Amino acid sequence: MSNLIRLNADGVAEIVEDQWLRVIPPAAAEETVRKQAGKVVMFKLTGETAYTPEQIANTVIPATGNILVPLPVWQVRKDELQARLAAGEVGIILATHESVEALQAEFPDLNALPLIAVFVERFADGRIFTLGNWLRTRFGYKNELRAIGDVLRDQLFFHKRSGFNSFLVRADRSAQEAIASLNDFSQPYQGAVNDVPVWRRVNRT
Amino acid sequence: MYKYDPIDQQIVNERVAQYRDQVRRYITGELSEDEFRPLRLQNGLYIQRHAPMLRIAVPYGLLASRQLRKLAEITKKYDRGYGHFSTRQNMQLNWPKLEDTPDILAELATVQMHSIQTSGNCIRNITTDQFAGIAPDEIIDPRAIAEIMRQWSTFHPEFALLPRKFKIAVSGTEKDRAIVQAHDIGLEFYKDDQGQMAIKVWVGGGLGRTPILGSVIREHLEWQHVLSYCEAIIRVYNIHGRRDNIFKARIKILVKALGIEEFKRQVEEEWAHTKNGPLTITQTELDRVAQYFEPMPYETLPAHDASFDAAVASNPAFAAWVKRCVHGHRVPGYRAVTLSLKPHGKAPGDITSEQMHVVADLADAYSFGELRSSHEQNVILADVKLSDLYAVWEKARAAGLATPNIGLLTDIICCPGGDFCSLANAKSIPIAEAIQIQFDDLDYLYEIGEIELNISGCMNACGHHHVGHIGILGVDKDGSEWYQVTIGGKQGKDASIGTVIGPSFSAEEMPSVVQKLIEVFIRERYADERFIDTVRRLGVAPFKAHVYAEQKQGAVA
Ligand code: HEM
Ligand code: SF4
Repeated sequence: MSNLIRLNADGVAEIVEDQWLRVIPPAAAEETVRKQAGKVVMFKLTGETAYTPEQIANTVIPATGNILVPLPVWQVRKDELQARLAAGEVGIILATHESVEALQAEFPDLNALPLIAVFVERFADGRIFTLGNWLRTRFGYKNELRAIGDVLRDQLFFHKRSGFNSFLVRADRSAQEAIASLNDFSQPYQGAVNDVPVWRRVNRT
Repeated sequence: MYKYDPIDQQIVNERVAQYRDQVRRYITGELSEDEFRPLRLQNGLYIQRHAPMLRIAVPYGLLASRQLRKLAEITKKYDRGYGHFSTRQNMQLNWPKLEDTPDILAELATVQMHSIQTSGNCIRNITTDQFAGIAPDEIIDPRAIAEIMRQWSTFHPEFALLPRKFKIAVSGTEKDRAIVQAHDIGLEFYKDDQGQMAIKVWVGGGLGRTPILGSVIREHLEWQHVLSYCEAIIRVYNIHGRRDNIFKARIKILVKALGIEEFKRQVEEEWAHTKNGPLTITQTELDRVAQYFEPMPYETLPAHDASFDAAVASNPAFAAWVKRCVHGHRVPGYRAVTLSLKPHGKAPGDITSEQMHVVADLADAYSFGELRSSHEQNVILADVKLSDLYAVWEKARAAGLATPNIGLLTDIICCPGGDFCSLANAKSIPIAEAIQIQFDDLDYLYEIGEIELNISGCMNACGHHHVGHIGILGVDKDGSEWYQVTIGGKQGKDASIGTVIGPSFSAEEMPSVVQKLIEVFIRERYADERFIDTVRRLGVAPFKAHVYAEQKQGAVA
């Protein structure tokens, strides 16, 4: 049974088969901790692990089918993947500590990607929402935007309003049950991605 | 005050349903402890020493009498017959059962109340001056914008899981009573050169274990842009705030690390993308919300009332209460009244179910059916006629709500501390009670004059000890309870963080330590000088000398 929820063209949530294979680098020989990417390098040591060159070199990339590739793997091995990108077979995984700017440096036209997945390691990491928002608004990304990782039912409504239109619910949970939470609130107050504040949506006077 | 329309009501109803299901899934084991924690916290539910603690939102401190009656009913039915007003103007229940909390929320929803985002790493209840709308020194009533911001922040999808909690305070007076500088975002409203409502924006203040006063990020913000500007600030914080270390996760740490200039640059760059977008508040929306905060239907009254003047002249007890608990009002013939929740020897901020009924009745009879809570943990009737003050006093006094100590040494701000809170290093309520007993002499209290004494049971600073003129902090030394003392802290526009006077004290020593601080002050003060001004003039040294000198003599190895 698939655990992937996707909003169809009418915004209705359905459980669909996952057409994408996630590329996962092999485990690291030993833990490496590196400084945070992005603008605030000088003081942040958030403990997020980065893939080592060996891990990236040893990552097995399936020869056929649609593949979801972590950004650091793409950055190093893009030459071998160009043809598949052109064939629409490559999607990219952006981790919450990685920046949209780094992604855009690789793909000046983000809409060349049929799928971007944002990976959240711990559900309480709310950066995923801002990343979704930025991708949809400032960076104009229009194709499928998927939440993957520690994706749980009680955050789905927020993911949706932050611009995500597909949600890979954590494997040990039921997507069938989670789907209901996409409609927890019928008339939210504030504006969000593709939505305006309630006072512009309905006449409240 | 603001009244829900069907949209507001639907949101709180849907929240009750959502939360009920979350509790069900937690009890059946579908949700792990770790997964449930942020969910319950965003509903104000802590798990504490004895029982869960439920924090109920009182948006910017405004309550209707029927809401207080509902709280009285709830505390009777689900708790032990009392509630506690917190320093963020909310009400806390100390003894509810987890299984009952969905029903409590359902009951709250019937009177347009909730406990949404009263805790957790999200935007919390927005606080303001308890005299908003009536204060003689008010330039702008910030409550309409505060309500607009309450709605905007409620279930904000992008800011549901920030690195850490996020507190916003608003104030529109000459004398800041909302401590805007000690908040993650502080909004100071004023009228600009054009006579338009504008906002000075502070960012990166906070108490806790690293007390920092905020920095000004923008001197002039047009009110229309307050949502987009706050979003820009919080977005930068959400991405770059630390998530690896809970003690370094507040926005104040990010602002300090980047420096206010760099932080501002990033915020303004972000804002450039969203300014003038759909978040721009329209005049129509402001007007819609502002109509709920229109002045009350006041009578036209003379500025003086003969019966009131006579009562003050003939009744010293009433006169004392008027002096301490009655405050100026912008409308002639009206006054604001603080009902003291600081009777000597009781936990500061506690109010019984019976007292809630009394206060609700007083509000209905004398103050347009509304009341407010203050961050000093008292209750306010904002619109009482001069001619009614005597009757209010008599009824309040009969209910133990008229201790004439507002602004005095025994009007202590105090966190729940070791009696209730599992994070505590030390108890705080018994210290407050002991100090109140030590100074249980009104004449002496009046002689000492205005002074603020704040107590926290640990460095999380729920009791605002850093900004107390005298601050007391519970610390742990080898497993026993000790108290560190600071002096010279202050809230307001000239806010400051207190200075530690020296090594900490045992609980038994605390009343006499405070006594000695006061002795130095009485000895050194000029005429009517306030304690804080004497400390600022003289520094810590003379206080320290007196407190520790005598202690050394007494402390024979
Ligand atoms: C008994 C349960 C309570 C717990 C477990 C608790 C926990 C905490 C913690 C952990 C912090 C520090 C957060 C940080 O600095 O990042 C904090 C701050 C604070 N708490 Fe509490 N608290 C409790 C009760 C209260 C009560 C009853 C009040 C009001 C009287 C209160 C008012 C505050 C305020 C105003 C702050 C803010 C200090 C700041 O700005 O950093 N808390 N609390
Ligand atoms: S200051 Fe410490 S002891 Fe007091 S309520 Fe806050 S966390 Fe608990």
